[in-house]
Amino acid sequence: MLQDKVILITGANRGIGLATAQVCIALGATVLLAGRNEVQLELVAEQLGERAIAMCYDLTDETQVKQAFAHIKQHIGHLDGLVNNAGMMHNAPAAMTSLDSLQQQLTLNTVAAFQHIQLASRLMRKPGCGRVVNLCSIVGERGAAGQSAYAASKAALTGITKSLAKELAAQQICVNAVAPGFIDTELHSDFSDKQRENIINTVGLGRMGTPREVADLISFLLSDHAAYITGQIIGIDGGMQL
Amino acid sequence: MSESQLTQAFVTALGISAEQVTDELTYNEIDAWDSTAHMILIAELEDTFDIMLDTDDIIDMSSVAKAKQILHKYQVNPE
Ligand SMILES: NC(=O)c1ccc[n+]([C@@H]2O[C@H](COP(=O)([O-])OP(=O)(O)OC[C@H]3O[C@@H](n4cnc5c(N)ncnc54)[C@H](OP(=O)(O)O)[C@@H]3O)[C@@H](O)[C@H]2O)c1
Repeated sequence: MLQDKVILITGANRGIGLATAQVCIALGATVLLAGRNEVQLELVAEQLGERAIAMCYDLTDETQVKQAFAHIKQHIGHLDGLVNNAGMMHNAPAAMTSLDSLQQQLTLNTVAAFQHIQLASRLMRKPGCGRVVNLCSIVGERGAAGQSAYAASKAALTGITKSLAKELAAQQICVNAVAPGFIDTELHSDFSDKQRENIINTVGLGRMGTPREVADLISFLLSDHAAYITGQIIGIDGGMQL
Repeated sequence: MSESQLTQAFVTALGISAEQVTDELTYNEIDAWDSTAHMILIAELEDTFDIMLDTDDIIDMSSVAKAKQILHKYQVNPE
């Protein structure tokens, strides 16, 4: 389904990013694993085999991101897909959210994602091959108490997704997003059992989602099966009520 | 790097004739050089000269003359 496609995934060392890399490799793609943790990325690349390439750089450093894309252009020449997956979430009521925390979340979840699309779209030159998938969130779509800064960063990414879908359509690049609900990853590692239980009670299907389930949706959006889908924010939340 | 390569990049990207590619030709002055065509032009220049332009340079590339100036920075010298 993704035979011969070259796909860059940010934050590919764990969680949804890792699952996406695994699925993309299984479907025949070459995957560029981007992130900051060199040791983990190299380990993942080794486990995934020769079609997985680790790329360690600071996703939030404008210059390093440019250098990473210059490297891709020089050594591979093009990109078929980008998954803006790396993300951080600081939970706190607004009164207890420092502007520094807000800024950090915006810098990674929104600004870095924007710069990655800006540069990736210029390497998506093969007709009909450009696909961008952003990791938005049910929190950005519907809002959640105690998560206003995170929600702002993800809602901004929703705006970017919808706008760039319109702008990049002229180049046949499809831009979509997935909006997961409560997925079993380290993003929630600081949640207590009670907090988890309370959240699971809001999920119609009565359980957390798995990274693999999100990865399956992302890989579909990256594939030719999704060639006529653009500008969509697709919920994957097991019927969660926020 | 020849001036004809630069001219050809404008011709291909904007779908205009070589005669229209003068130093004075500016962005948005003709319908063919709108924002969508600008990105196609950038892609064409990058492919032709095997470079990757900075965002600031993409924004600054407001005329053919300016394009030549900017390309000099990338060691590309259309004579
Ligand atoms: N899990 C959910 O329930 C859920 C719900 C909605 C949306 N999402 C979104 O899905 C995406 C993936 O999340 P996940 O659940 O897989 O979380 P995760 O397991 O915590 O993974 C987050 C990834 O982002 C990277 N990352 C975090 N901070 C970074 C930074 N400052 N610079 C570079 N990389 C950084 C991490 O790399 P390191 O290992 O180097 O930290 C890791 O690869 C995120 O955008 C998240 O907001 C998740």
